[in-house]
Amino acid sequence: MPVKIFKNFFGRIFSGIFRNKKEIKLGFYGPPNVGKTSLANRICKDFTGEEIGSVSKIPHETRNVQFKEKVEIEYKGKKMTFKLVDTPGIATKIDYEEFLKYKMNKKEAKERAKEATQGVIESIKWLDDMDMVVVVLDATENPYNQVNITIIGNLVARKIPVIILANKIDMKKADIKKIEMAFPEYDVIGISAKYGKNLEEFYESIFKLSKRV
Amino acid sequence: MMEDKKRGMGKNLGSLKGFSMQFLPYSEIRHLNSDDRIKKILGIILSNNILVIQGKLAPNEETRLIGDTMAMIGHIKSFRGIELAVISGNGREGIFGRFTKGIANALAGGDFSAITIIGPATIVKEIKKNPKKIELLLNK
Repeated sequence: MPVKIFKNFFGRIFSGIFRNKKEIKLGFYGPPNVGKTSLANRICKDFTGEEIGSVSKIPHETRNVQFKEKVEIEYKGKKMTFKLVDTPGIATKIDYEEFLKYKMNKKEAKERAKEATQGVIESIKWLDDMDMVVVVLDATENPYNQVNITIIGNLVARKIPVIILANKIDMKKADIKKIEMAFPEYDVIGISAKYGKNLEEFYESIFKLSKRV
Repeated sequence: MMEDKKRGMGKNLGSLKGFSMQFLPYSEIRHLNSDDRIKKILGIILSNNILVIQGKLAPNEETRLIGDTMAMIGHIKSFRGIELAVISGNGREGIFGRFTKGIANALAGGDFSAITIIGPATIVKEIKKNPKKIELLLNK
């Protein structure tokens, strides 16, 4: 009996140590052009000095899942290590002709569309591997977009903790209330990835939610 | 509600030829597994139909449908993906309401309170949803 108590005691201590050392896979999901990479870049730049990927006004700039490992986020004296996973935007349709508006030739547009479709498939596949997901929404857009609902529905079904971020709150058209009304079961955090606004609240939320991982 | 924002009701109805709206009662897909359910839905959409399903797909079936349609873009001529919308209760009925609705749905064999609309993106430009209405905007 004393041996068992002794084993349990040390087991708990060691598992506690390893749990703290564990790298939490934090995914950034959402529709295209909502600022997932801008946010991931902001975090990476703040804590590692490097960026994760390129950003553009043209939709589907991120067409492959991109990572940054061992990102140690520090908040109010606490530290946690994350693997940031920036995913291509999930869409239900991709028309190469949309890219022609951005001074692309037909060949380039078709290639971008092809890569974007593969990116969506890759994003969906990666859902199963996440420990925690940040669903990034554009605060200037209608939140009742089925893609948002599908992503969140899948995360709930997989019991993956979710944080909803309303990005682009620096813009006049931004309406966080609308997003809060669309997802009343969640705390919606308004941020501006571009200007680094309100990221403290986001970090606090990550640290709180990581206890459930 | 069907509405083309840029046109008045009844005008240019001739240009809407070439597709039909098909209703799929839940009883038609209840007995199917996910693979066959998706196959059936894709078959209807790829025949240029707007599909209205009684009930809704499971979250993993929705992502599967998105993934499968993405894989078809570029391989099927003129196919650009789908427009998808699920209309259901606003989720604010409280725990008891959800519990009773859950029992009713379980007894009936599906979520009948929801309706799913799926259409090929070449026909359906956008499905605009807000808590009060749904608008189906069609391509010219």
